Amino acid sequence: MSDLRDWTIVSAADALTKGEVSSVELTDAFIGAIEAGQSLNAFITETPEIARERAKASDERRKSGDVRGPMDGVPIGMKDLFCTEGVRTTAASRILDNFIPTYESTVSGNLRDAGAVMLGKTNLDEFAMGSANITSYFGTVKNPWTPEGANANLVPGGSSGGSVAAVAGGLAIAATGTDTGGSIRQPASFTGLVGMKPTYGRCSRWGVVAFASSLDQAGPLTRTVEDAAIMLQAMASHDPKDSTSLPLELPDFRAACTRDAKGLRVGIPKEYTLDGMPADIQKLWEQGAQWCKDMGAEVVEVSLPHTKYALPTYYIVAPAEASSNLARYDGVRYGHRVPGDSLDEMYELTRGEGFGAEVQRRVLIGTYVLSAGYYDAYYVKAQQVRTLIAEDFKKVFADVDVLLTPTAPSAAFAEGDKMDDPIAMYLNDVFTVPASLAGLPAISVPGGSDADGLPLGLQLIAGVCQEETLFRAASALEQAANFTARPEVTV
Amino acid sequence: MSYLIQGETGDWEVVVGLEVHAQAITNSKLFSGAPATFGAKPNENVSLVDAAMPGMLPVINEMAIEQAVRTGLGLRAQINKYSVFERKNYFYADLPQGYQISQFQHPIVGEGTVTLDMADGSTHEVGIERLHLEQDAGKSMHDQDPKRSMIDLNRAGVVLMEIVSKPDIRSPEQAGAYVRKLRAILRYLGTCDGNMEEGSMRADVNVSVRPKGSDELRTRAEIKNVNSVRFVMQAVEAEAERQVGVWEDGGEVVQETRLFDPSRGETRSMRSKEFAHDYRYFPDPDLLPVRFDDDFIERIKATLPELPDDKKQRLIDDIGLSAYDAGVLVADQETAAYFEVAAEGRDAKTVANWLTTNLFGALNKMSKAIGESPVSAQHLGELVGLIEDGTISSKIAKDVFDIMLETSQAPGTIVEEKGLKQITDTGAIEAIVDQVIADNPAQADEVRGGNDKAIGWFVGQVMKASQGKANPGQVNGLLRQKLLG
Repeated sequence: MSDLRDWTIVSAADALTKGEVSSVELTDAFIGAIEAGQSLNAFITETPEIARERAKASDERRKSGDVRGPMDGVPIGMKDLFCTEGVRTTAASRILDNFIPTYESTVSGNLRDAGAVMLGKTNLDEFAMGSANITSYFGTVKNPWTPEGANANLVPGGSSGGSVAAVAGGLAIAATGTDTGGSIRQPASFTGLVGMKPTYGRCSRWGVVAFASSLDQAGPLTRTVEDAAIMLQAMASHDPKDSTSLPLELPDFRAACTRDAKGLRVGIPKEYTLDGMPADIQKLWEQGAQWCKDMGAEVVEVSLPHTKYALPTYYIVAPAEASSNLARYDGVRYGHRVPGDSLDEMYELTRGEGFGAEVQRRVLIGTYVLSAGYYDAYYVKAQQVRTLIAEDFKKVFADVDVLLTPTAPSAAFAEGDKMDDPIAMYLNDVFTVPASLAGLPAISVPGGSDADGLPLGLQLIAGVCQEETLFRAASALEQAANFTARPEVTV
Repeated sequence: MSYLIQGETGDWEVVVGLEVHAQAITNSKLFSGAPATFGAKPNENVSLVDAAMPGMLPVINEMAIEQAVRTGLGLRAQINKYSVFERKNYFYADLPQGYQISQFQHPIVGEGTVTLDMADGSTHEVGIERLHLEQDAGKSMHDQDPKRSMIDLNRAGVVLMEIVSKPDIRSPEQAGAYVRKLRAILRYLGTCDGNMEEGSMRADVNVSVRPKGSDELRTRAEIKNVNSVRFVMQAVEAEAERQVGVWEDGGEVVQETRLFDPSRGETRSMRSKEFAHDYRYFPDPDLLPVRFDDDFIERIKATLPELPDDKKQRLIDDIGLSAYDAGVLVADQETAAYFEVAAEGRDAKTVANWLTTNLFGALNKMSKAIGESPVSAQHLGELVGLIEDGTISSKIAKDVFDIMLETSQAPGTIVEEKGLKQITDTGAIEAIVDQVIADNPAQADEVRGGNDKAIGWFVGQVMKASQGKANPGQVNGLLRQKLLG
C-alpha cells in the first residue's frame, strides 16, 4: 500500500467507493503501521480486534449498498478522553488506569454510527492538561517531525499529542481531539495537520472525561480542511444529555469548503503581535495575510483590546472548574485506589498517587481561586474579563468574517524544554485561548515551515456558529499555502 | 404567654430559625432518570450520573422545577424566574461527584410567609427566607462490616427542597407548629409526602438565646438532621437551656454544628467552626441557569388546591366554626377532606363536634390515623343526619357510633336492625307515661305537691322504659300535662 501518510478521508472514501481497497485492507495496513510505530507512543490502548470487526462490518454494509457516508470504513484514532464502551478509558491518568466504561460517549458513538473504524485510544496529556503531551502517565509522545539523530524528541504539542502523532506519523487517517484552551489547534500546528475546534456546544460533552466544562469541545484532527469538515459533520449533534449542547441543525460543513476567499473580510488582530515572537512565525502570519489579499479577500487590522488578559483568565477559569470536576476521582467507586486507615487518608493517598504533578498543580490553583476570600478577586473577576473578551470578538465580527492569527508562538520544541517552567508552557496557548473563552469556532491550517523545516500553523477564528465561513476561509488558505511537507522519518 | 427561660441572671428569650429539607415528590432524581422511590435494595436506583462516572452530565428534571414553584406559591413566596445551580464542593464517600449541586446566590424561591396555628387559637407569622433545590447525598452505613463502610447511592441525587425560615420562632411550641404547618402545606400541595420517619422531611434547627427584651442576635448553634416534630421541640428546649447556662457561666456560645440525642434529651457538638468547610461554591458549568416565564407560573398556580389557611378561613366565615376547630380540621389534609365529605348537607358544627371529640378520641385510643378510621366520612355524616331529622336522639347516636366503630356498618342499618328509632308516636309514649305514673304513685304525689325536680326522675324512668327511644321533649310535655295539668 502507498505511503499511509497520503491517505485522507476523502481519498479513502473514494477508494472504498471505487472498490480499489476494502476497509479491512485499509485497517490492516494501519494496524501494521501502529505496530511499527510504537516509538511514537501515540496510543495508550490499541484496539485491533475492534477495528477489524468494524472494518469487516463496513465492508459488508458497502456490499449490500448501505454506506453511511464518507467516514464509513475509515480508520481513525480516538483520543483517550472519550469514554468507549468496553474499552479502557484512562484520560492518560493513573487514577483511571483500570477504568473500562460501560457506555460510549456521544461523539465516539456518532463516529461509530457513521461507520468510522476505531484503531485505538490515543495518548494525551493527563486529563488533557498540557501543551506538549509530557504529562501522560503512559509516557511522552514523540512528534514524527523529530529529526533523525536528534538528541531529544520533539514534542507533538498537547493535549491531543497522541492523536496528531498518529495522523502525522501515518498511524491513522484522522483522529479525534478535544480542545479546552488550544489542545486541538496547537498540536495540529506542531505536526503540520488541520485541527478544528467548533463552536462550544456543537459536539456533545456527554461521555468525555471533563477537564473544564465551560471550555471543553471535541473536534477533528485531519490532514485536510475538507476532511475536518467531513469528520466534524459526523461528530457533532444536538444531545439532550448535555445541557450545554446547541439545539441547532447542522449546516453542511463539507459544502462550505469552497476554497473561495473572494470578498471575505479578514481581520488581523493587532494584539496578537507578541514581543520576542520568532521571526518565522511573524513572517508566516504576514504571508497568510498576503495570500488572503491575493485571493480577493479584504484584509483589515482590528483590535481585541482584552486579549492580554485571556491567558490569566483562562488559567483561573479552567483550573477552577477542573478542581471540582476531578473531585469525583476519589478511589471510592472506580479507578485507582490506595487504601488508607481513614477515609481522608484514602483520599490523600489515592489522589496523591493517582494524579501527576501538573494535574495536582491545577487542582491546587483551582481550589485556591475558588476559596473563601479569593473567589471574588479571582474567579468572579475572571468571569467578568471573559465576558469582555467575548464582547471584543462580537464587536469585531460585526465588521469582519474571520480573524487570522498564528496558532502557536513557536514550532514544536524538544522534550525537556519549558518543562520546569509551567508559565512558559502555559504561553503555548496564548493565541488559542481567547477563542476558547469566547466559545468560538477556530481552526489551525498548516501554513509553512520554520527555518528548521518544522511545520507552523495559521489560525482562523470565526463568530459563534459561523463554521461555514470558517471552513470556506480555511479551505482557501490551505490551497494558497499548499503545505505538502511530510516528516522525514518513516515509521 | 411568651416562652421564657428563667436563668439565674434573669429571663432569656429563645430565637429559632429552621432549615427544612423536604424531599420533593418527583418521577425521578433532580439530574438523572433514576427513580427516587423509597425502599429499593441498596444501589438499585443509581444511574451513571448519580454514581458520577467520568464524563457524565446532569440534566435538570423539569418536574422538580415545577414542584419547587408550586411549593413557593403555597408559601406565598416570591418566585424567581431566574435561578442558578451551583456546586458546593466537599469530599465525602457518599457524595459521588465530590460536590453537591445546589442553589446558592440565586434560589428559585425567595421570601414568603407561613402562618402558625397555636394551641390557644392564636396565630403567629414566620417569614420564609428562601427555598432552593438541591440534590441529596447517598447514605453511609458503618455497621455492615467491621472494617469498612458501605455506601448506598439510592438517595444520591434525589430532589430536595431546602426551605429556610427567618429567625422568627420564639418557643419550642412554635418550632413544632412550624414544622407541622409546613408539612401540612407540602402535603396539600402534593410536593412532599412529609414522612419524617422515612427521612423525606428533616430539619436543621438554628438556636440562639438573648436576654428578655433585647433585640440582638447572638451566636447560634445549628442542630443537624432532627427527624420528628417532637425532637425539634425537645432540641430547641435543650439547646436553649444549654446556651443560657453557657452565657450565665461567663462563657461564650460558639457557632457550631450539634446533634440532638433524644435518649439523653441533650445536644452535643459535632464539629466546630474551626473545621468548617470552605465549600467553594461556583455556578455549575454543566448546567444553564433556570429561566421560565409568567405563563409557566400561572399554569402551576391554576392547579393549586385550596391551601390550609384559605380552607380554615372558609370554615370560619362560611360555616361558622371556631378558629380553633377550623384550625384542627385543616391541619391535616386527610382530616379536612374527611370533614368536607361528612359535612356535606349536614350541620357542619355538629359534624365538626363529632369529628374532633368522638372520632378523634376513638381513633386515638385505637392508635389509628384518620385514613384507617372504621367509620367512614359518609357514615359519620349520615349519623349526624339521623340526629338532625329526629330519627335518633343524641344519646342513642353515641351508642350507634360505638357500634359503627366496631362493625363499620352504616348508622341507618344499625338503627334499623337494633330498633333504635326514636318513638315520636304520642299514643305510644302516653301509654308508657301512664304506666310509669301508675307504678309510682308516691313520687307522682310528690310532683303534684310542688316538687318540680322530681319530674326529671319521671323523665328518666320513661326513657328507661322506652329503652331510650322515646322523644325526650314529648315525654317531658306529657308528664307535665298529666302530673301538673
